[in-house]
Amino acid sequence: MTLLELFSVPFMQRALIAAFLVGIAAPAVGTYIVQRRLALMGDGIGHVAVTGVAIGLWTQTSPTWTAVVVAVAGAVVIEVVRERGHAEGDVALAMLFYGGLAGGVFVTGLAGTGASRLQEFLFGSILTISVDDLLVTMALSVVLIVLCVGLSPQLFAVSQDPDYAKVAGLPVRFYSILVAVLAALSVVIAMRTVGLLLVSALMVVPVAIVQQLTRSFRMTLLGAMGAGLVASVGGLALAAALSRTGANVQPGPSIVLVALAGFFLVWPIGAWLRRRRALVTPFPETSPEEKPVDEAHPHLHGEKCGHVAVEHGDHVDYIHDGHRHAAHVGAEGEHYDEH
Amino acid sequence: MSKSGSTVPADVPVQLLHGDVALSGRPVLREVDLTVNRGEFVALMGANGSGKSTLVRTLVGLNPLSAGRLELFGRTLSGFHDWSRVGYVPQRSTATGGVPASVWEVVASGRLTHRKLLRPLRSADRAAIRAALEVVGMGAYAHRGVAQLSGGQHQRVLIARALAGRPELLLLDEPTAGVDLPNQQALARALGRLKEDGATIVLVAHELGPLAPLVDRAVVMRDGRKAYDGAPLADADVHAQGFDAGHVHCDTGLNSAGSTAAPNAAVPTPLKEL
Ligand SMILES: Nc1ncnc2c1ncn2[C@@H]1O[C@H](COP(=O)(O)OP(=O)(O)O)[C@@H](O)[C@H]1O
Ligand SMILES: [Mg+2]
Ligand SMILES: [Zn+2]
Ligand SMILES: [Zn+2]
Ligand SMILES: [Zn+2]
Repeated sequence: MTLLELFSVPFMQRALIAAFLVGIAAPAVGTYIVQRRLALMGDGIGHVAVTGVAIGLWTQTSPTWTAVVVAVAGAVVIEVVRERGHAEGDVALAMLFYGGLAGGVFVTGLAGTGASRLQEFLFGSILTISVDDLLVTMALSVVLIVLCVGLSPQLFAVSQDPDYAKVAGLPVRFYSILVAVLAALSVVIAMRTVGLLLVSALMVVPVAIVQQLTRSFRMTLLGAMGAGLVASVGGLALAAALSRTGANVQPGPSIVLVALAGFFLVWPIGAWLRRRRALVTPFPETSPEEKPVDEAHPHLHGEKCGHVAVEHGDHVDYIHDGHRHAAHVGAEGEHYDEH
Repeated sequence: MSKSGSTVPADVPVQLLHGDVALSGRPVLREVDLTVNRGEFVALMGANGSGKSTLVRTLVGLNPLSAGRLELFGRTLSGFHDWSRVGYVPQRSTATGGVPASVWEVVASGRLTHRKLLRPLRSADRAAIRAALEVVGMGAYAHRGVAQLSGGQHQRVLIARALAGRPELLLLDEPTAGVDLPNQQALARALGRLKEDGATIVLVAHELGPLAPLVDRAVVMRDGRKAYDGAPLADADVHAQGFDAGHVHCDTGLNSAGSTAAPNAAVPTPLKEL
């Protein structure tokens, strides 16, 4: 079977559509998660959702819906514990994660369904996405994308500066819990493609890739959605291509590895940009002492002289041999001051 | 000067009666009474740790009262929903989110009280954002990332965010700390214009500097209580009267001659002590 033939098979098409939507939706939610400095929240919810899936398998109902219920409940608990800011909150959350994973594996054992059935949910699976699963995934993905983009002014303000958002009359608590619930939903829709144990990577890594290059929140949000799409579809195609050769590669690990490869490809550009920005970050706005530069100056500093120009209050300093030079027109003519 | 109590209740932007505030179980504010009348410019002064920030945060509803009563524009806090009338500039923090944000985006969040859900920015919103950026002299920086700004620039962005909402009541917590003299003067001009338009302003400042001529009334906090409430005090007086115990100062500028003196000559730069 060639790769093209493979993509014409219905299960593969379902997997592709799911990967496409999940690749956009998960990083959209992930952008807010990273902005709130909760990069590990997706992991926590993923672990808790394992119990949800296991309950679905045990009771022979839809693992998707039991996972939705348990993941949303877990996400709300995580958010409430975080909001309280208890010192023991950290440990409480860790116990929630362990409990979720252990409980899931334990309940699966009770159900006698075997570990391989659970594994489909832990690391994703190309073969098992049913039409019903796909419909749920499509509907939830669209809801997630619309909310993440449509409510971005509010969600941005709440995540950036909660105190200010509160004074602006926004229901901060409601929006914080909404972000947690959106994270839970993106975990559930992603569990068939990336799997519960790796879903957090699809939420976080695309954001980490693009924020090396961006300066605005909006560009980060949209860029992460694009990067997630490429990683998700690319990773799925990679897993499918390898499965042709007889290998048994799950889509989850290959999606995550593609995303990480993207991060390391962009890293040198990011490092260069960061260095350049750090160099031109303005000096503190103090009133500088006026100490004329001793040495003679062979050229006038300017846009093209090659010396780094750094803003300093109302003027510009030029970095010259480790000194800061500021042009100064005094009684005796123009010279450079050491700032 | 202030004519407390004589105005119609609905007209009074801030009325705090016997306010007690506890933070983490520790009583911090004790029996604070504060009425700010429409159009007044109140300077809130006092030593570090005297409770200025706590008081301002209480006035905007960020700290619950453990006793007492707070009304904004004649409504108790729980019944007050008109937050577009209130602007708040928090004491500077260098804390930013985990994702880049541009100056424009931060200032745009100051328009949220005027925006409906799921609607894009209208041209009036854009105009207000641009105007606020111009007022603080950050117009050229709209598309910079906030993480790349100096402390003083970041402070000015937070001021622009509050100004963008065109508030009737503006509370600023140490907006001039770490800001150089030309920018303090720019801020004084902006607040002066706001005051002419009838805005009510509560400003926390350790040193008033170029803002001194605007001040109608001074309130000095000491150890969580109100220690003085009355005619404007020069910076030196606040310290001299012992409101500011334990704080060493070298400046003598801006006392009796105060408000009319040329800023350059008379204003002590707060930076010297940072
Ligand atoms: N979150 C908090 N928990 C407990 N005490 C606090 C908290 N924040 C401030 N305080 C205390 O409240 C007092 C007043 O602080 P603050 O209002 O920040 O003073 P100021 O702004 O005048 O410097 C200080 O003694 C400070 O230690
Ligand atoms: Mg303070
Ligand atoms: Zn040069
Ligand atoms: Zn300089
Ligand atoms: Zn030199």
